[in-house]
Amino acid sequence: MVMEIILSILVGILYAAGVYMLLRRSLVKLILGIIFLSNATNLLIFMVAGLTGGKPAFLAKEGAKAAEEMADPLPQALVLTAIVIGFGIVAFTLVLKYKYYKQTGTYDLDQVKQTDQS
Amino acid sequence: MITVLPILTPLLFVILLLMGGKNTRWLKSVGLGGAIVMFLASLLIFILVREEGILVTQAGGWKAPFGITLAIDLFSAVMLMVTSFTALMVGMFALNGLTEEHHKNKFFLFFHTLMMGVNGAFIAGDIFNLYVWFEVMLMSSFVLITLGSKRKQLEGAIKYVTMNLVGSLLFLAGIGLIYGKTGTLNMADLANILRGNDQSFLMYSSFVLFFIAFAVKAGLFPLFFWLPSSYHTAPVTITALFAGLLTKVGVYAMIRFSTLFLVELTPFWQNLILILAGLTMVIGVLTAASQFDIRRILSFHIISQVGYIIMGLGFFTVFSIAAAIFFTVHNILSKTATFLVGKLVYEKTGSYQLKDIGGLFKAYPWLGLLFFIPALSLAGLPPLSGFFGKLFLIMGGFKAEHYVITGVAVWVGIVTLFSMLKIWHEAFWKPKPDGAREINKNPLKGTMILPVTIFALATLAVGLTAGWFMDVFLDAAEAMKNPEVYINAVLN
Repeated sequence: MVMEIILSILVGILYAAGVYMLLRRSLVKLILGIIFLSNATNLLIFMVAGLTGGKPAFLAKEGAKAAEEMADPLPQALVLTAIVIGFGIVAFTLVLKYKYYKQTGTYDLDQVKQTDQS
Repeated sequence: MITVLPILTPLLFVILLLMGGKNTRWLKSVGLGGAIVMFLASLLIFILVREEGILVTQAGGWKAPFGITLAIDLFSAVMLMVTSFTALMVGMFALNGLTEEHHKNKFFLFFHTLMMGVNGAFIAGDIFNLYVWFEVMLMSSFVLITLGSKRKQLEGAIKYVTMNLVGSLLFLAGIGLIYGKTGTLNMADLANILRGNDQSFLMYSSFVLFFIAFAVKAGLFPLFFWLPSSYHTAPVTITALFAGLLTKVGVYAMIRFSTLFLVELTPFWQNLILILAGLTMVIGVLTAASQFDIRRILSFHIISQVGYIIMGLGFFTVFSIAAAIFFTVHNILSKTATFLVGKLVYEKTGSYQLKDIGGLFKAYPWLGLLFFIPALSLAGLPPLSGFFGKLFLIMGGFKAEHYVITGVAVWVGIVTLFSMLKIWHEAFWKPKPDGAREINKNPLKGTMILPVTIFALATLAVGLTAGWFMDVFLDAAEAMKNPEVYINAVLN
């Protein structure tokens, strides 16, 4: 139970930090914000699916009762997939940032408004 | 086995394309060949589904709620067919519509991964699987929108990427919450649980997250701002592909989720959907009318048209959902066509700015005709597909007794006509402005004219055979409003 409370607070902090970073003016901080949000979501999935302490995600021995002897493997699989997708996305956003910086020499998001003017 | 064809075909061609290196001849021929095979496969699937009902495959042979389900019902089959048809046409257009540089940078590779994501989203029977296909689609679209790395493209991409990623993360959070509450992610199983349960309001926290995520992707008010500030930056051929397919995947997911999981549309959801639909229509069309760049006018139009589709969903009757599907199909065809004609105009005049171009009708009457047909179809003039799309939606609105929003829809139709005529008048009708560039006399390539012509004929054909199409869509909507068949087909 203590673990759930700690994790909930952590998830909340990560979401708050992520949104705060998204609203900053720097492109790098925007990417950090996306990373925070992505990790917050991963933790959220892991937590709301129910934490099972100290048990593996498979049956340890023959004939053991599933519900008591193992942790739910599905949320772990989901989080794993989400982490991998998150990696890909972060890699892409970093390349995008690099290319943008090389072309314009600025990280300032206030400069990113040319496509809104016709 | 046939169920997985829409994913396997693009995957196979991605592998083949990777073998080509930078040989543009190989890339182009294999890329286009893949689009043809994909279209034939989805045609086959459509015929099979129409005759035999839902196709279901359980991945890896795991039984329904435990494994990953792939299911194609009539709605999915229709969407698969229309999107792969559009992809084929855009693929053909891209042969000369994009530069050699774009092809060397593997346009067709990402085109096929994009189609894999789009098709996967249509056939996924599992929410998490749907999320994964969304990501496949998004990653490919990120690469496509930045293909060429112009400064404007990178700027547009920053907005596009950020908004869509935040949307995806909200979707993922909703999935996590729903798993915590029900212990299942299989769509049929979930629908089954919600139907036998009078506490389905507990799901609303997840549904709101889903709704926001899909609204971002579909471009609903007030979450559409990324669309008009990024779409016009990409090469127009790619924008045409995006305009036809990407927002429609969001719309598809919204229709699928609402019909499966919201048994009855409570006043809260109905009012939310209808009000947002109305605002989306009005604001999209008004901002479109104030633009002077062909691509931006058309981009804002995408938003306004999404409003129509969502309005059909909001009425939530069998007829109105069928009308929404009809409108989606019509919109994919006409919208893509108008963007492609925009590219032809650019080829001739060297500009997208309405003030710099003119006199095209005098020089090329057939080009005017090719623009006129899809544009009037978007505006909703008979006998084109758009007329019947709007007619059915408005009929659905009156039948469901939502008079105000239906009135708004009629009014928006008139403004749409205005902004289409604006492009028509400025680009084609008015004399060539002083100081404008000479009209390019080089003949256009056949592979660019043919797809646009086919689109024009298709929108005419859909209009003329609207009865047959509506019968199919009514069956699809009927099956969605009564999902017992879907649930049984997947679970047993």
